[in-house]
Amino acid sequence: MNQMPLFETPRLSVSEFTRRIRRLLEGDKALQDVWVQGELSNVSRPTSGHLYFTLKDAGASLRCVMWRSEAARLGALSLRDGLFVETHGKVTVYEPNGQYQLIVDVLRPAGEGALYAEFLRLKALLEAEGLFDPTRKRPIPPFPRKIGLVTSPTGAALRDMLNVLRRRLPLVEVMLAPSPVQGEEAPAALVMALKKLNEQFGPDVILLARGGGSIEDLWAFNDEQVVRAVAASTAPVISGVGHETDFTLVDFAADLRAPTPTAAAELATPITREELLAALETNHQRLQERMTRQIAERRQALHTLQSTLKFYAPARRLMTEQQRLDDLTHRLTRGLTAHFALETTRLNGWRDRLETLNPLSILRRGYAVVSRVEDGRILLRAQEAPPGSNLHVQLAEGRLTVEVK
Amino acid sequence: MTTSKPIEEMTYEEAFAALQAVVTALESESHSLEEALALYERGQALVRHSAALLQQAELRVRQLNGTVFAEES
Repeated sequence: MNQMPLFETPRLSVSEFTRRIRRLLEGDKALQDVWVQGELSNVSRPTSGHLYFTLKDAGASLRCVMWRSEAARLGALSLRDGLFVETHGKVTVYEPNGQYQLIVDVLRPAGEGALYAEFLRLKALLEAEGLFDPTRKRPIPPFPRKIGLVTSPTGAALRDMLNVLRRRLPLVEVMLAPSPVQGEEAPAALVMALKKLNEQFGPDVILLARGGGSIEDLWAFNDEQVVRAVAASTAPVISGVGHETDFTLVDFAADLRAPTPTAAAELATPITREELLAALETNHQRLQERMTRQIAERRQALHTLQSTLKFYAPARRLMTEQQRLDDLTHRLTRGLTAHFALETTRLNGWRDRLETLNPLSILRRGYAVVSRVEDGRILLRAQEAPPGSNLHVQLAEGRLTVEVK
Repeated sequence: MTTSKPIEEMTYEEAFAALQAVVTALESESHSLEEALALYERGQALVRHSAALLQQAELRVRQLNGTVFAEES
């Protein structure tokens, strides 16, 4: 039987009840600024950008939410179920379903603090030894023939690198030294892979690569022996470990650090097939030009010779002689004409002079010429014609015959 | 200048270096027409060989233990 209560038991609505619980939890200062560590599960990141997950250990589970603004700070950290993490936040109650949950503002892989301290210690040690010295870094050959790969044979990193190499410079010979890239056996295997690759293949450059992962996943690339093996490699090493934001000690010891495996393959092939083809085409054109010019020069020389030959050709000589002959003929004709003209003038002169001396011209002025009939002698003295002589009297026009008395 | 190695057996670098030598020779030296033509033909053959090497090249991937690396695609 129910006993009558001494005092009336409070009656609360669900909302009132839940609110009291909420006030109770939110009023506990220890629960408002707390670190909780556990294993991730049920990770969900809907389009709202908020991050929902459950933290659990062997005995219990805790629902957590990380608002979008905080979740954005996680960057490339891959939150997968099973990852052991440390979270910081405060507890609250989500009234609609009456569940308490942790509002997380910081999330990091558990043990990261200790790992980071070890990373810094080792970095300082190796740096002091000069392993990261820029003067140790060797140039990457611009046109490698043999490229060695140290990576997992099953990873995406290998596939990415082979794709890049195939696209950019398929002339290269690739040797894969397979090695686990995470786990306890990874460091020793990576060291052995580097050693064997150098000794047995003699590559022009080595790509040491691994795809993205948590800081623990990449930890083999912070291993002291691996870092030393990279520094001691005969062939220059390009590291491409994790993502852009990940830095490992191998990156410091490598001759060149690439942000990703893909970038490592690109840096290993500075000259691509396309560029080689372009260079080939340039040389081909030069070859064509030289030959065209050589032929043109010879053709020009031939042409010049041909002209010279023509100049001295007999036919041309003949024509020249013909011309000279024509010229002379012309001059001769012209000379002759001039000569005739001159002679005619001279002749006319003499003819005029002769005319002035013509005795008959005197007769026109009334003089007469008298000559003896018997012997034709022209008389200059009267005694040459005794009386009875017959004389001719020549007048300007006509002649008289007279007898002297 | 010319190596005795047949062009077909040359690697890309050898062929390209030989091509450069041919072009330079054709540029800077004087040759008989016959020599020039021979150089030119050699140059053409080197261009063809180099281009073929580049265009037909297939990435050769092996694994350190000597086996050909087979990619799962």
